[in-house]
Amino acid sequence: MENQTLSRRSFFNRLWTLLGTLAFAELIALLIIYFKPRKSRTAATNQDAIIIAGSVDSFEPGTVTAFVRGKFYLARLDDGGFLALSRSCTHLSCTVPWVSGKNRFICPCHSSEFDIRGDVISPPAPRALDLYPVAIENNVIRVNATRPERRSEYAADQIVYPGKT
Amino acid sequence: MSPARQICVNYLVPDSIIARRISDTNILNILQRIRLSIFPGNQATESEPNDSRKYLHSFLLHFRPATVPERSLKLSLTWGLGGMAAVLVFVLFATGLMLKFVYQPSPGAAYDSIAYLNTQVPFGQLVRNLHRWGANGLVFISFLHFLRVFYTGAFVAPRQFNWLIGLTLFAAIVLSNFTGYLLPWDQQAYWAVTISTSMLDYIPWVGTGLKEGILGGSEPGKATLMNFYAIHTAILPALLLFFLPFHFWRIRKAGGLVIPRSAAEPPDIRGAEVNTMPNLIAREVTMALVLLAVLLILSMLLNAPLADQANPGLSPNPTKAPWYFMGIQELLMHFHPLYALLVIPLLLVFGLLSLPYISYEVETAGVWFASVKGRKMALVAVVLATAATVASVWLDEFVINSGLSSTPGMTANGLLPFAFVLTACAGFYILMKRGFKASNNEAIQALFTLLMTAFVVVTVIGIWFRGAGMQLMWAG
Repeated sequence: MENQTLSRRSFFNRLWTLLGTLAFAELIALLIIYFKPRKSRTAATNQDAIIIAGSVDSFEPGTVTAFVRGKFYLARLDDGGFLALSRSCTHLSCTVPWVSGKNRFICPCHSSEFDIRGDVISPPAPRALDLYPVAIENNVIRVNATRPERRSEYAADQIVYPGKT
Repeated sequence: MSPARQICVNYLVPDSIIARRISDTNILNILQRIRLSIFPGNQATESEPNDSRKYLHSFLLHFRPATVPERSLKLSLTWGLGGMAAVLVFVLFATGLMLKFVYQPSPGAAYDSIAYLNTQVPFGQLVRNLHRWGANGLVFISFLHFLRVFYTGAFVAPRQFNWLIGLTLFAAIVLSNFTGYLLPWDQQAYWAVTISTSMLDYIPWVGTGLKEGILGGSEPGKATLMNFYAIHTAILPALLLFFLPFHFWRIRKAGGLVIPRSAAEPPDIRGAEVNTMPNLIAREVTMALVLLAVLLILSMLLNAPLADQANPGLSPNPTKAPWYFMGIQELLMHFHPLYALLVIPLLLVFGLLSLPYISYEVETAGVWFASVKGRKMALVAVVLATAATVASVWLDEFVINSGLSSTPGMTANGLLPFAFVLTACAGFYILMKRGFKASNNEAIQALFTLLMTAFVVVTVIGIWFRGAGMQLMWAG
């Protein structure tokens, strides 16, 4: 067969090309790994990860409490369930304040509005507010503020009730 | 040495003394020798005191041709815009280096170091003002330069590739401005960067990764400031230092600027040549000095803003992106994010990149607006685009979307209006081409004008006509 008579020159040319491509890919991979966000580069340390919000009784039903350190709101719904809502608007990440008079979150940037469960009342926000995992043990609420979880809209199984976990 | 070679050497280096050998310098004293070593070929011979070629041996001028066409010196060809942009880059390098000695790139110290610069460092506020206004001026002037190059037909062969280098430079300039915007770490900076980078979230698949890579985390913080500082003070300046001389060198390779002419004159017209020194150099220096004077006066009168220190828990109302991104932020109010942030910008960028490679029917290099007809068509496009953009923003705000409280849908807010805009553009192109019996140069120019005007109008609306909660309001 013809392609078996590979000359030494073209063999080495192919070898260099292959090795060069590999080295280049290695360089790119290295750069990606080097620049990838790392825990140590961001402000959140492990101490910030789990936040003890307090006992269940210290939150009245139908209220929203802000936790500055964890960057979330702890909402207690009228039926007694809890949700830990991210304070970042899902539109462009502005911080949404809770307007207790109107009983909703109103984004100052583009007027998106969310209800107490984080569901969108008024666009442009495309998704409900992100959630942080809530765990209730011995009537003490702990929120894992490491990473918010995305959701498209409110669903009943997102609520955490005291005594059920 | 052959006679021809001898003549050549004498012609290019018309000096009485050329220090090619040690013995050449033996008749000189020590000071003369030092001077000759620095300026080996700058002394004019007595016989040719005004030979412009002597300037070829000056380091600063050696990349300039000895002579330039007299016609290309006309102010109404370039308005000095490219030169002004180069001067501003120089001012930004100089002031940026000065700021680098005071600024501290960490969230705890950045704001205080700027406050310290403003209040304690002699002329600190002035240096910062020059950097700030110079940077904004550079974005604005390079945009005008881009328009000038387009409307004088200076982007077709042989200048095609220089158009791409120019676009690269423009991207580097806008990114420089954007990365510098964060550095003071005040409320304005923090939130402008928050919403600008959050826009990336909407790009499917890669958006969130891209955003977190740029920010070094899920929200602006220590890593973001370090990233932006490195990009702003090292990577982008290095890019500019590489691409600016490339841009200038390409102008020489193309035989200089386009020669301004009326549409009736032939395209290969060149006219009389004049010496670069002083004809071009004097004009450039004048322009640079006037620009510097204006920038200095502006910087003495107006202080660069510094809001409160960044507070991640409190978004100011309204929160706006830097002014050159307000067009995109305004688009985002009307289109589904996928279209506002990906489809439309990609299409525009692709259009700009391919502009020099379309085959055109007429040679229009050097003719403002291609022809008198082209000028009329561009004017029609400006009026039409202004009216249509204002009308559609108003309609979308008060008629179509009022009372509609559902989450924006892909089809209703994305595909439908996008298809409508695309059809309108295509219809405009065909109507203009037929109605004016125009060449494709003129029709494409009209379409370009239509889109640019629309972009400028949405930017203006975003900057000045959006108040609290981004509601439309009358001038603010």
